[in-house]
Amino acid sequence: MEKREKHISRSQVEHLAWLARLELTEEEKELYTAQLNEILEYFNRLSEINTENVPPTYHVIGKVNVFREDEIQPSLQVEEALKNAPKKRNSFFEAPKIL
Amino acid sequence: MKVYWLSAQEIKQKILSQELKVEEVVQIVLERIREVEEKVNAFVTVCEKEAFQKAKEVDKKIVEGRKVGLLAGIPVAVKDNISTRNIRTTCSSKILENYVPPFNATVVEKILAEDAVIIGKTNMDEFAMGTTTETSFFGPTKNPWDLTRVPGGSSGGSAAALAAGEAFLALGSDTGGSIRCPASFCGVVGLKPTYGLVSRYGLIAYANTFEQIGPMARTTADCALLLTVIAGWDWRDSTSIETPPKNYVEGLAGSLKKLKVGIPREMVAEGVDEKVVKAVFDYVSRLEEFEVEWEEFSLPTLNYALPAYYLIAMSEASSNLARFDGIRYGYRFSSDGNLDWNDVFSKSRKEGFGAEVKRRIILGTYALSAGYYGKFFLKSLKTITLIKKDFEEAFKRFDVLVGPTMPVLPFKLGEKINDPLALYLCDIDTVPANLVGIPAITFPCSFYDGLPIGVQIMGAPFKEDLILKVAYMSEKILQFSRFNPNL
Repeated sequence: MEKREKHISRSQVEHLAWLARLELTEEEKELYTAQLNEILEYFNRLSEINTENVPPTYHVIGKVNVFREDEIQPSLQVEEALKNAPKKRNSFFEAPKIL
Repeated sequence: MKVYWLSAQEIKQKILSQELKVEEVVQIVLERIREVEEKVNAFVTVCEKEAFQKAKEVDKKIVEGRKVGLLAGIPVAVKDNISTRNIRTTCSSKILENYVPPFNATVVEKILAEDAVIIGKTNMDEFAMGTTTETSFFGPTKNPWDLTRVPGGSSGGSAAALAAGEAFLALGSDTGGSIRCPASFCGVVGLKPTYGLVSRYGLIAYANTFEQIGPMARTTADCALLLTVIAGWDWRDSTSIETPPKNYVEGLAGSLKKLKVGIPREMVAEGVDEKVVKAVFDYVSRLEEFEVEWEEFSLPTLNYALPAYYLIAMSEASSNLARFDGIRYGYRFSSDGNLDWNDVFSKSRKEGFGAEVKRRIILGTYALSAGYYGKFFLKSLKTITLIKKDFEEAFKRFDVLVGPTMPVLPFKLGEKINDPLALYLCDIDTVPANLVGIPAITFPCSFYDGLPIGVQIMGAPFKEDLILKVAYMSEKILQFSRFNPNL
């Protein structure tokens, strides 16, 4: 395998971009494949540290679940919520077709 | 001395004693902005109309003898990833170029309630992803100490605005060093609070488990004043912590006798510019006059902080930025064609996001995908547990930890922007505080060839008062707030 595709291949980059719904140009695919391999080579130093039987940390200060009463609060008016929509119709966001 | 170089506390005194009207202060700052902004580019949006409106309101209160807030009439610059109602908030991205939030971030509510004047929204690396403010859609901010150099990032606009005399206080956000890096490069004070001390409600998320909004200023006391206003639990941020209200300005002065200072050897190791290392050790030896005790020690897991930070930050970014779909707000690809959802989604993001944001979304998607989740994401979370344990041990031996803020001096614009890994490596000394959630402050400890060098003080969780005190006492001997760039 080529060094520049040691950790991640160009076709993987294409697939990831599709998963992230992020269209890339041909130049970007080339560039990112090379750069991501270089970055992942560095990130791989994590494999040196022994984390066997070590629990993961999700909240650094140790908060777990936070509950509150389910009370009705004032919320945004429809016009305000729609103010930034690139396309709208009546009181709805207008979206492209899905099917 | 020019009025715009006064500290926030000094300008507040002049306002309260009615020596200056808030309206006059706003006028002076806007003139300064007009004078230097072409060179510095610290702001995305200057809020002239809103600033004058608030100024009149506060002036009226003062004339009528009514009670005014802690930030009475002080012009504050706000980073452009912090939501401001009816003032556009762009994250310095094309995708949010015209986005106008219908609500205020909690910190914005708080500063306005204390009678601050929002003078403008500051430039930043796109979505806070960067170390130089060069990834902004609105062009780079320049370092006021040397306009050919970067101001640091991602809160580069906030730091440069302070250093250039365009604001008295500023809000930044710090995910992996984004307050401390530019504060260090621009020679100002910046504090990253304990995770959960300040509400993140209304901060547009990049990596939400690491980021905190924090204060930036030209003096330590000003920094403490702004922290006093913004700290506190908020029901709208479920990760915020219930803490008793504290006035961080009180108790700044005091003895540092017998304070135990630890210098993690890994933070001054190979790869750190020797001029920076020398500045840090020179600073620590000057602390001896306060009868501080210091020693070097080893924190070996620090060597894994950077990859763990980036893997988690990028993973969270890929998830957080999925909301930018071009449907509810933000840039939308338009064509006459009959494109479906996926095409519009993908093309809007293609045109709306810049290169660094795309790189992080793809890497984050990779680290979260099946087969790599355990190797990268989960591994990073476990690594945090080990690093956190090392820090807890360290804080049993030492009251504060000291190291460089940045491993290098401010570098030239364009010098590293095409080498992402080289830029990531610049965050090596700032990311540990975010990983383990502890507070950290930076202030200038020296200058080299006219460029500021920042030193970083880290404390145990919720020890903001202690690190502020160390900074305040240091400021007394270093007197850094007396130095301003020639622009």
